[in-house]
Amino acid sequence: MSGLQHSVKNIMNWIDARLPVTETYEKHMSKYYAPKNTNFWYLMGVLATVVLVNQLLTGIWLTMSYIPTAEGAFGSIEYIMRDVNFGWMLRYMHSTGASAFFLVVYLHMFRGLMYGSYQKPRELIWILGMLIFVALMAEGFLGYLLPWGNMSFWAGQVIVSLAGAVPIIGDSLATWVRGDFNISGITLNRFFALHVVLVPMLLIGLVFLHIVALHEVGSNNPDGIDIKKNLDDKGKPLDGIPFHPYLTLGHDLPAIVAFCFLFAVVMFYFPDGGGYLIEAPNYERANPLKTPDLIAPVWYYTPFYSMLRAATFPFLGLDAKFWGLVVMGGAIVLPAVLPWLDRSKVKSIRYKGMASKSFLAIFVVAFFVLGYLGVQHPTPLKTFLAQICTAIYFAYFLLMPWYTSVELTKPVPERIPIK
Amino acid sequence: MRGLVLSFLLLSSHLYGAGSSSSYPLDDVLPDLTDKESLQRGARTFVNYCMGCHEMKYQRFQRVAEDLDIPEEAMMSNLVFDPSKKLGSHMSNSMSVSNAKQWFGNVPPDLTLYTKLKGGPEYFYTYMRVFYEDSTRPFGVNNLLYENVGMPHPLVHLQGIQKKVCKDVPKIAKNGGEMREAITGRPLLENKCGDELVHRGVSPLELVENSGELSIEEYDSLIYDLTNFLYYSGDPSRLERQRIGGFVLLFLAFFYVFAWLLGREYTKEIH
Repeated sequence: MSGLQHSVKNIMNWIDARLPVTETYEKHMSKYYAPKNTNFWYLMGVLATVVLVNQLLTGIWLTMSYIPTAEGAFGSIEYIMRDVNFGWMLRYMHSTGASAFFLVVYLHMFRGLMYGSYQKPRELIWILGMLIFVALMAEGFLGYLLPWGNMSFWAGQVIVSLAGAVPIIGDSLATWVRGDFNISGITLNRFFALHVVLVPMLLIGLVFLHIVALHEVGSNNPDGIDIKKNLDDKGKPLDGIPFHPYLTLGHDLPAIVAFCFLFAVVMFYFPDGGGYLIEAPNYERANPLKTPDLIAPVWYYTPFYSMLRAATFPFLGLDAKFWGLVVMGGAIVLPAVLPWLDRSKVKSIRYKGMASKSFLAIFVVAFFVLGYLGVQHPTPLKTFLAQICTAIYFAYFLLMPWYTSVELTKPVPERIPIK
Repeated sequence: MRGLVLSFLLLSSHLYGAGSSSSYPLDDVLPDLTDKESLQRGARTFVNYCMGCHEMKYQRFQRVAEDLDIPEEAMMSNLVFDPSKKLGSHMSNSMSVSNAKQWFGNVPPDLTLYTKLKGGPEYFYTYMRVFYEDSTRPFGVNNLLYENVGMPHPLVHLQGIQKKVCKDVPKIAKNGGEMREAITGRPLLENKCGDELVHRGVSPLELVENSGELSIEEYDSLIYDLTNFLYYSGDPSRLERQRIGGFVLLFLAFFYVFAWLLGREYTKEIH
């Protein structure tokens, strides 16, 4: 051992005696065993982390030039786009990142549905993930108001006014959320505080817990086989590989580069995304007297917005708007109890029966249809279609205890099959 | 409060400045940001004819000069008319909000982001070419694309007067084909007006001969340059963005090859 190596070792020993750096590194990287058969769908988690870092960094730089007032907000965005060096790049990275975040998170969640990643012992990982999803939705909504464009204003108006649908206290609640009788500079200020301080802190904390919980029980895999059941004589899983370097460099790095490539194509060449990433009405300052022709949320909220609009009739003496709120809230919260809805003996869709496969398939179709309907002007036919799709969405979850317990499943092999 | 907002909305739609958009088809236009001369001509038209009323308050003279290759002195002496403005000033004007509302019923929109607001340059390019004479309107003109717009036609002396007319168009048979005389083969014509012409793809407007200084082609070209300039101002770093984007993509593609090769070495060991 050379002198230099010797002193490095001494320094590490000194640190390790005081802070468990090596131990933590080994536990979470070099001796954290992940299943060797993970596929494309298992890349979404690391991609979500990449996007989170992108949002945090570009967000910090954007706040350096952004002015959170009704008078200054819109102009400061144009100042960033024109006068700040590479300001356009920061802004487009952030706006494209918002959509990319939801895209990878939806794919990440779909992976969970497909391979039963929420099942025992990963219930807490799933619940923490659902909390991240809700925080992310809040973060996106809060941030959407900040450019103070006309769609920002009206979308904010529509969503905050939903609080008004709560019986008795509704109107006061909406006023409390806004801090004013209408969306105003006061609302903008508090949304800014929540968007850049509170919710990001929550997100980082939840993501940390999500990963700690994951590393406690280990990753699921496309076959849903527990790799910890088959250990070699040193106690290492026979079907596992060390996270670092095999997954970090073997799988994740090429995927991150490919993802960045696609991200850059959108960011540099289609930053408005044909009006779906940055909507045309947002190129005009917020105007309380001018309603956009169609108030629609950004694409990643549209499935839930459709469900909100699908409730069209009063019930139990409460008006339709309230039930819309209940349906939408229910649709967002319901997946959290999935671990207790799935009664199947197997985790992965590969070994589940026809019922699970069919329900998942029509669930995905319904989710896409709802997403499409959310950007359309409602017509009686479209509303009816949205109601059917909402019913399918809920049926997927609420009927799960039944169809997962009665269907025939395939036997799950002991070891991960070699292709 | 809701009632108050509603009454405001109703009130504002009765102001004469508030018009309504129509479903008139938009003409295609392909902006060219590399055509600096076109952009320079567009900037000249903008400051000469538009800027008295419409601001470009997020854009600076200096940025325009830099991006459009206009020397600073030329910019200051030919395109900046207000002596109080410096090269680094925003392209704003001195019309007050109260005056604007009194004269036009509303504040003329800022044009910095106008092509982005309209989802592309086509709207503006079409709009500027479909003004027509209408004595019922306060400024004597109306617009096919924006019915009852509260804006005069600032370029009428260049374009000339357009009148809304009825035109003879071929009759359409039930099967959708044009009807023709059995022997001569000449089309059977019918007289149509307004929207019916628009549906047939025929403009309901006709230029009064020699009423303007420019020919139709010259005027279209003037509006093309102006549209091009507005398209530029909506996102002045567009060319720079696309240029840098090319390098970023090249780098990532190059990097991917090595990342993939490295990844393959590790994956080999797994199974």
